[in-house]
Amino acid sequence: MTLTNVYISILIMVAVTFFTRVFPFLFYGHNKPPKIIFFVGKYIPPVVITILVIYCLKDVTWGRVPYGFNEMIAVLLVVMLHVWWRNPLLSIFGATLFYMYLVQSAVLNGLL
Amino acid sequence: MMVSVKQRIDFKAMRLALKTSTPVFFGYLAIGIAFGLLLKDAGYPWYLALIMSVFIYAGAGQYLAVGFFTNNANFIEVATVTFLVNFRHMVYGLSLFDKFNMTGRLKPYMIFSLTDETYALLTSVKDPVDINKGQFYFFIALLNQFYWVLGGLIGAIAGSFMTINTKGLDFALTALFIVLLIEQLKSYHTRIPFFIGGFCAVVAIAVIGKENMLLFAVISSIIMLLVCRERIIEDDLN
Repeated sequence: MTLTNVYISILIMVAVTFFTRVFPFLFYGHNKPPKIIFFVGKYIPPVVITILVIYCLKDVTWGRVPYGFNEMIAVLLVVMLHVWWRNPLLSIFGATLFYMYLVQSAVLNGLL
Repeated sequence: MMVSVKQRIDFKAMRLALKTSTPVFFGYLAIGIAFGLLLKDAGYPWYLALIMSVFIYAGAGQYLAVGFFTNNANFIEVATVTFLVNFRHMVYGLSLFDKFNMTGRLKPYMIFSLTDETYALLTSVKDPVDINKGQFYFFIALLNQFYWVLGGLIGAIAGSFMTINTKGLDFALTALFIVLLIEQLKSYHTRIPFFIGGFCAVVAIAVIGKENMLLFAVISSIIMLLVCRERIIEDDLN
Protein backbone atom coordinates (compact mmCIF):
# COMPACT_ATOMS: atom_id res chain seq x y z
CA MET A 1 0.00 0.00 0.00
CA THR A 2 1.27 3.51 -0.77
CA LEU A 3 1.79 5.83 2.16
CA THR A 4 -1.20 7.94 1.04
CA ASN A 5 -3.46 4.88 1.12
CA VAL A 6 -2.04 3.94 4.50
CA TYR A 7 -3.07 7.34 5.85
CA ILE A 8 -6.55 7.01 4.32
CA SER A 9 -6.87 3.55 5.90
CA ILE A 10 -5.82 4.98 9.26
CA LEU A 11 -8.46 7.72 8.96
CA ILE A 12 -11.10 5.09 8.17
CA MET A 13 -10.01 3.02 11.16
CA VAL A 14 -10.07 6.06 13.47
CA ALA A 15 -13.61 6.92 12.38
CA VAL A 16 -14.98 3.35 12.51
CA THR A 17 -13.35 2.54 15.86
CA PHE A 18 -14.64 5.75 17.44
CA PHE A 19 -18.10 5.09 16.02
CA THR A 20 -18.29 1.68 17.73
CA ARG A 21 -17.30 3.26 21.05
CA VAL A 22 -19.59 6.28 20.88
CA PHE A 23 -22.58 4.32 19.54
CA PRO A 24 -24.47 3.67 22.80
CA PHE A 25 -23.94 7.27 23.90
CA LEU A 26 -25.39 8.61 20.64
CA PHE A 27 -28.55 6.58 20.72
CA TYR A 28 -29.21 5.59 24.28
CA GLY A 29 -27.88 8.43 26.40
CA HIS A 30 -31.10 8.84 28.33
CA ASN A 31 -33.79 6.38 27.25
CA LYS A 32 -33.33 2.65 27.67
CA PRO A 33 -32.45 0.64 24.53
CA PRO A 34 -35.06 -1.87 23.32
CA LYS A 35 -34.83 -5.43 24.61
CA ILE A 36 -33.69 -6.79 21.26
CA ILE A 37 -30.54 -4.61 21.39
CA PHE A 38 -29.71 -6.03 24.81
CA PHE A 39 -30.25 -9.56 23.52
CA VAL A 40 -27.93 -9.08 20.53
CA GLY A 41 -25.49 -7.12 22.71
CA LYS A 42 -25.35 -9.93 25.22
CA TYR A 43 -24.89 -12.85 22.83
CA ILE A 44 -22.92 -11.28 19.97
CA PRO A 45 -19.49 -11.29 21.69
CA PRO A 46 -19.09 -15.13 21.68
CA VAL A 47 -20.34 -15.25 18.09
CA VAL A 48 -17.89 -12.61 16.88
CA ILE A 49 -14.93 -14.07 18.77
CA THR A 50 -15.60 -17.54 17.32
CA ILE A 51 -15.76 -16.03 13.83
CA LEU A 52 -12.53 -14.08 14.40
CA VAL A 53 -10.64 -17.19 15.52
CA ILE A 54 -11.65 -18.90 12.28
CA TYR A 55 -10.81 -15.73 10.31
CA CYS A 56 -7.29 -15.74 11.77
CA LEU A 57 -6.78 -19.38 10.77
CA LYS A 58 -8.23 -19.02 7.26
CA ASP A 59 -4.85 -18.82 5.53
CA VAL A 60 -3.53 -22.11 6.92
CA THR A 61 -2.56 -24.47 4.11
CA TRP A 62 -3.92 -27.91 4.93
CA GLY A 63 -3.03 -29.51 1.63
CA ARG A 64 0.77 -29.58 1.75
CA VAL A 65 3.65 -29.94 4.20
CA PRO A 66 3.41 -29.23 7.11
CA TYR A 67 -0.37 -29.73 6.72
CA GLY A 68 -1.32 -27.03 9.23
CA PHE A 69 0.48 -28.84 12.06
CA ASN A 70 2.37 -25.68 13.14
CA GLU A 71 -0.92 -23.88 13.70
CA MET A 72 -2.67 -26.86 15.30
CA ILE A 73 0.15 -27.31 17.81
CA ALA A 74 0.24 -23.58 18.62
CA VAL A 75 -3.55 -23.41 19.05
CA LEU A 76 -3.45 -26.44 21.33
CA LEU A 77 -0.66 -24.83 23.34
CA VAL A 78 -2.67 -21.60 23.85
CA VAL A 79 -5.64 -23.65 25.07
CA MET A 80 -3.57 -25.79 27.44
CA LEU A 81 -1.60 -22.87 28.89
CA HIS A 82 -4.74 -20.86 29.37
CA VAL A 83 -6.81 -23.64 30.93
CA TRP A 84 -3.98 -24.47 33.34
CA TRP A 85 -2.69 -21.06 34.39
CA ARG A 86 -5.31 -18.65 33.11
CA ASN A 87 -2.68 -15.95 32.68
CA PRO A 88 -3.44 -14.27 29.32
CA LEU A 89 0.10 -12.95 28.86
CA LEU A 90 1.65 -16.36 29.41
CA SER A 91 -0.88 -18.06 27.10
CA ILE A 92 -0.43 -15.53 24.30
CA PHE A 93 3.31 -15.10 24.40
CA GLY A 94 4.21 -18.66 25.33
CA ALA A 95 2.32 -20.01 22.33
CA THR A 96 3.45 -17.22 19.98
CA LEU A 97 7.14 -17.73 20.79
CA PHE A 98 6.76 -21.46 20.26
CA TYR A 99 4.93 -20.88 16.98
CA MET A 100 7.69 -18.51 15.83
CA TYR A 101 10.22 -21.22 16.59
CA LEU A 102 8.16 -23.78 14.62
CA VAL A 103 7.76 -21.66 11.47
CA GLN A 104 11.23 -20.14 11.51
CA SER A 105 13.07 -23.41 12.05
CA ALA A 106 10.59 -25.32 9.84
CA VAL A 107 11.36 -28.27 12.13
CA LEU A 108 8.13 -30.10 11.25
CA ASN A 109 8.78 -29.91 7.50
CA GLY A 110 11.63 -32.36 7.92
CA LEU A 111 9.54 -34.74 9.99
CA LEU A 112 6.43 -34.88 7.82
CA MET B 1 -22.09 17.03 39.25
CA MET B 2 -19.74 18.44 36.66
CA VAL B 3 -15.99 18.40 37.02
CA SER B 4 -14.20 21.31 35.41
CA VAL B 5 -10.95 20.67 33.58
CA LYS B 6 -9.59 23.78 35.24
CA GLN B 7 -10.15 22.15 38.58
CA ARG B 8 -6.95 21.16 40.35
CA ILE B 9 -5.46 17.77 39.60
CA ASP B 10 -6.19 15.26 42.34
CA PHE B 11 -2.82 13.57 42.84
CA LYS B 12 -4.34 10.96 45.11
CA ALA B 13 -6.63 9.93 42.26
CA MET B 14 -3.63 9.80 39.94
CA ARG B 15 -1.58 7.62 42.30
CA LEU B 16 -4.47 5.21 42.85
CA ALA B 17 -5.02 5.00 39.08
CA LEU B 18 -1.32 4.23 38.62
CA LYS B 19 -1.58 1.37 41.09
CA THR B 20 -4.85 0.05 39.66
CA SER B 21 -3.56 0.03 36.09
CA THR B 22 -0.30 -1.84 36.74
CA PRO B 23 -1.46 -5.16 35.21
CA VAL B 24 -2.46 -3.29 32.05
CA PHE B 25 1.00 -1.69 32.00
CA PHE B 26 2.68 -5.09 31.53
CA GLY B 27 0.09 -6.36 29.09
CA TYR B 28 0.00 -3.28 26.87
CA LEU B 29 3.75 -2.85 26.89
CA ALA B 30 4.24 -6.42 25.65
CA ILE B 31 1.52 -6.37 22.99
CA GLY B 32 2.45 -2.79 22.02
CA ILE B 33 6.08 -3.79 21.43
CA ALA B 34 4.94 -6.70 19.25
CA PHE B 35 2.78 -4.28 17.24
CA GLY B 36 5.63 -1.80 16.78
CA LEU B 37 7.97 -4.57 15.62
CA LEU B 38 5.42 -5.92 13.13
CA LEU B 39 4.78 -2.49 11.64
CA LYS B 40 8.47 -1.65 11.36
CA ASP B 41 9.19 -5.08 9.90
CA ALA B 42 6.53 -4.49 7.22
CA GLY B 43 8.62 -1.51 6.11
CA TYR B 44 6.71 1.42 7.57
CA PRO B 45 8.25 4.38 9.45
CA TRP B 46 8.34 4.35 13.26
CA TYR B 47 6.14 7.46 13.62
CA LEU B 48 3.25 5.53 12.04
CA ALA B 49 3.17 3.41 15.21
CA LEU B 50 2.86 6.62 17.22
CA ILE B 51 0.10 8.05 15.00
CA MET B 52 -1.89 4.80 15.05
CA SER B 53 -1.58 4.21 18.78
CA VAL B 54 -2.57 7.79 19.58
CA PHE B 55 -5.51 8.11 17.18
CA ILE B 56 -6.87 4.60 16.52
CA TYR B 57 -5.96 3.02 19.87
CA ALA B 58 -7.31 -0.49 19.33
CA GLY B 59 -5.07 -3.51 19.86
CA ALA B 60 -6.56 -6.11 17.55
CA GLY B 61 -7.50 -3.44 15.00
CA GLN B 62 -3.93 -2.16 14.76
CA TYR B 63 -2.48 -5.68 14.35
CA LEU B 64 -4.90 -6.32 11.52
CA ALA B 65 -4.01 -2.92 10.01
CA VAL B 66 -0.45 -4.09 9.39
CA GLY B 67 -1.97 -6.90 7.34
CA PHE B 68 -4.13 -4.42 5.38
CA PHE B 69 -1.06 -2.33 4.52
CA THR B 70 1.06 -5.24 3.33
CA ASN B 71 -1.76 -7.03 1.47
CA ASN B 72 -2.96 -3.81 -0.16
CA ALA B 73 -6.50 -4.32 1.17
CA ASN B 74 -9.28 -2.17 -0.28
CA PHE B 75 -10.94 0.51 1.87
CA ILE B 76 -14.21 -1.42 2.13
CA GLU B 77 -12.36 -4.36 3.68
CA VAL B 78 -10.51 -1.98 6.04
CA ALA B 79 -13.80 -0.48 7.21
CA THR B 80 -15.65 -3.82 7.53
CA VAL B 81 -12.91 -5.69 9.36
CA THR B 82 -12.28 -2.74 11.71
CA PHE B 83 -15.99 -2.53 12.42
CA LEU B 84 -16.22 -6.26 13.13
CA VAL B 85 -13.22 -6.53 15.45
CA ASN B 86 -14.48 -3.51 17.38
CA PHE B 87 -18.14 -4.50 17.27
CA ARG B 88 -18.05 -5.58 20.90
CA HIS B 89 -17.33 -1.98 21.94
CA MET B 90 -20.87 -1.05 20.96
CA VAL B 91 -22.20 -2.66 24.12
CA TYR B 92 -19.42 -1.58 26.51
CA GLY B 93 -20.81 1.92 26.90
CA LEU B 94 -24.15 0.56 28.09
CA SER B 95 -22.64 -0.25 31.48
CA LEU B 96 -20.68 2.99 31.89
CA PHE B 97 -23.22 5.80 31.51
CA ASP B 98 -23.07 6.83 35.18
CA LYS B 99 -19.32 6.62 35.58
CA PHE B 100 -18.64 8.60 32.41
CA ASN B 101 -21.01 11.35 33.49
CA MET B 102 -18.81 11.89 36.54
CA THR B 103 -15.88 12.83 34.33
CA GLY B 104 -17.59 15.96 33.01
CA ARG B 105 -15.78 17.55 30.10
CA LEU B 106 -13.38 14.63 29.89
CA LYS B 107 -16.23 12.34 28.79
CA PRO B 108 -15.38 12.43 25.04
CA TYR B 109 -11.89 11.13 25.85
CA MET B 110 -13.38 8.41 28.07
CA ILE B 111 -15.52 7.24 25.14
CA PHE B 112 -12.61 7.40 22.68
CA SER B 113 -10.30 5.39 24.95
CA LEU B 114 -12.73 2.61 25.85
CA THR B 115 -10.65 -0.50 25.11
CA ASP B 116 -11.25 -4.03 26.47
CA GLU B 117 -8.75 -3.52 29.28
CA THR B 118 -10.01 -0.07 30.27
CA TYR B 119 -13.57 -1.40 30.23
CA ALA B 120 -12.53 -4.33 32.40
CA LEU B 121 -10.84 -2.05 34.94
CA LEU B 122 -13.58 0.57 35.03
CA THR B 123 -16.37 -1.95 35.52
CA SER B 124 -14.55 -3.95 38.19
CA VAL B 125 -12.81 -1.34 40.41
CA LYS B 126 -14.33 -0.47 43.74
CA ASP B 127 -15.33 3.17 43.88
CA PRO B 128 -12.71 4.99 45.92
CA VAL B 129 -13.69 7.11 48.90
CA ASP B 130 -12.66 10.75 49.43
CA ILE B 131 -10.92 11.15 46.12
CA ASN B 132 -12.18 12.64 42.87
CA LYS B 133 -13.89 9.67 41.16
CA GLY B 134 -14.11 11.35 37.78
CA GLN B 135 -10.39 12.03 37.76
CA PHE B 136 -9.64 8.51 39.00
CA TYR B 137 -11.51 7.02 36.01
CA PHE B 138 -9.87 9.52 33.66
CA PHE B 139 -6.35 8.73 34.85
CA ILE B 140 -6.96 4.99 34.45
CA ALA B 141 -8.00 5.58 30.83
CA LEU B 142 -5.14 8.00 30.13
CA LEU B 143 -2.43 5.84 31.72
CA ASN B 144 -3.62 2.77 29.81
CA GLN B 145 -3.28 4.62 26.52
CA PHE B 146 0.11 5.94 27.58
CA TYR B 147 1.34 2.34 28.15
CA TRP B 148 0.02 1.30 24.76
CA VAL B 149 1.69 4.22 22.93
CA LEU B 150 4.94 3.59 24.81
CA GLY B 151 4.96 -0.11 23.84
CA GLY B 152 4.33 0.66 20.17
CA LEU B 153 7.12 3.24 20.11
CA ILE B 154 9.62 0.93 21.82
CA GLY B 155 8.82 -1.85 19.34
CA ALA B 156 9.02 0.40 16.28
CA ILE B 157 12.26 2.07 17.35
CA ALA B 158 13.89 -1.19 18.47
CA GLY B 159 12.93 -2.61 15.07
CA SER B 160 14.88 0.19 13.36
CA PHE B 161 18.10 -0.65 15.15
CA MET B 162 18.15 -4.42 14.99
CA THR B 163 16.76 -6.98 12.67
CA ILE B 164 14.47 -9.38 14.43
CA ASN B 165 12.91 -12.21 12.51
CA THR B 166 9.24 -11.55 13.19
CA LYS B 167 7.92 -14.44 11.09
CA GLY B 168 5.09 -16.01 13.08
CA LEU B 169 4.74 -13.06 15.46
CA ASP B 170 1.29 -12.33 14.06
CA PHE B 171 0.12 -15.51 15.78
CA ALA B 172 -0.15 -13.29 18.89
CA LEU B 173 -3.45 -11.99 17.52
CA THR B 174 -4.82 -15.50 16.94
CA ALA B 175 -3.72 -16.44 20.46
CA LEU B 176 -5.41 -13.33 21.87
CA PHE B 177 -8.72 -14.28 20.25
CA ILE B 178 -8.42 -17.89 21.47
CA VAL B 179 -7.84 -16.62 25.02
CA LEU B 180 -10.92 -14.41 24.71
CA LEU B 181 -12.87 -17.39 23.37
CA ILE B 182 -11.92 -19.53 26.38
CA GLU B 183 -12.89 -16.72 28.74
CA GLN B 184 -16.27 -16.46 27.03
CA LEU B 185 -16.84 -20.21 27.14
CA LYS B 186 -16.43 -19.87 30.90
CA SER B 187 -18.81 -16.93 31.24
CA TYR B 188 -21.72 -18.21 29.12
CA HIS B 189 -23.76 -21.24 30.05
CA THR B 190 -25.23 -21.68 26.57
CA ARG B 191 -23.03 -22.97 23.74
CA ILE B 192 -25.46 -22.04 20.95
CA PRO B 193 -23.86 -18.65 20.06
CA PHE B 194 -20.45 -20.35 19.63
CA PHE B 195 -21.95 -22.95 17.29
CA ILE B 196 -23.77 -20.26 15.33
CA GLY B 197 -20.55 -18.24 14.90
CA GLY B 198 -18.49 -21.27 13.93
CA PHE B 199 -21.10 -22.59 11.53
CA CYS B 200 -21.65 -19.24 9.80
CA ALA B 201 -17.89 -18.61 9.49
CA VAL B 202 -17.28 -21.98 7.80
CA VAL B 203 -20.28 -21.53 5.50
CA ALA B 204 -19.10 -17.99 4.65
CA ILE B 205 -15.65 -19.26 3.64
CA ALA B 206 -17.23 -21.99 1.50
CA VAL B 207 -19.79 -19.69 -0.13
CA ILE B 208 -18.01 -16.37 -0.74
CA GLY B 209 -14.36 -17.17 -0.07
CA LYS B 210 -12.02 -16.36 2.77
CA GLU B 211 -11.20 -12.74 1.89
CA ASN B 212 -14.70 -11.38 2.34
CA MET B 213 -16.10 -13.92 4.77
CA LEU B 214 -16.44 -11.64 7.80
CA LEU B 215 -19.41 -9.49 6.86
CA PHE B 216 -21.44 -12.43 5.56
CA ALA B 217 -20.61 -14.51 8.64
CA VAL B 218 -21.65 -11.79 11.10
CA ILE B 219 -24.89 -10.85 9.34
CA SER B 220 -26.00 -14.46 8.96
CA SER B 221 -25.07 -15.08 12.61
CA ILE B 222 -27.21 -12.18 13.83
CA ILE B 223 -30.15 -13.54 11.84
CA MET B 224 -29.62 -17.00 13.32
CA LEU B 225 -29.28 -15.53 16.82
CA LEU B 226 -32.63 -13.78 16.42
CA VAL B 227 -34.27 -16.90 14.99
CA CYS B 228 -33.02 -19.02 17.91
CA ARG B 229 -33.64 -16.25 20.45
CA GLU B 230 -35.98 -18.12 22.74
CA ARG B 231 -33.93 -21.31 22.72
CA ILE B 232 -30.77 -19.37 23.56
CA ILE B 233 -32.34 -17.54 26.49
CA GLU B 234 -33.83 -20.78 27.80
CA ASP B 235 -30.57 -22.70 27.30
CA ASP B 236 -28.57 -20.01 29.09
CA LEU B 237 -30.72 -20.33 32.20
CA ASN B 238 -30.55 -24.09 32.60
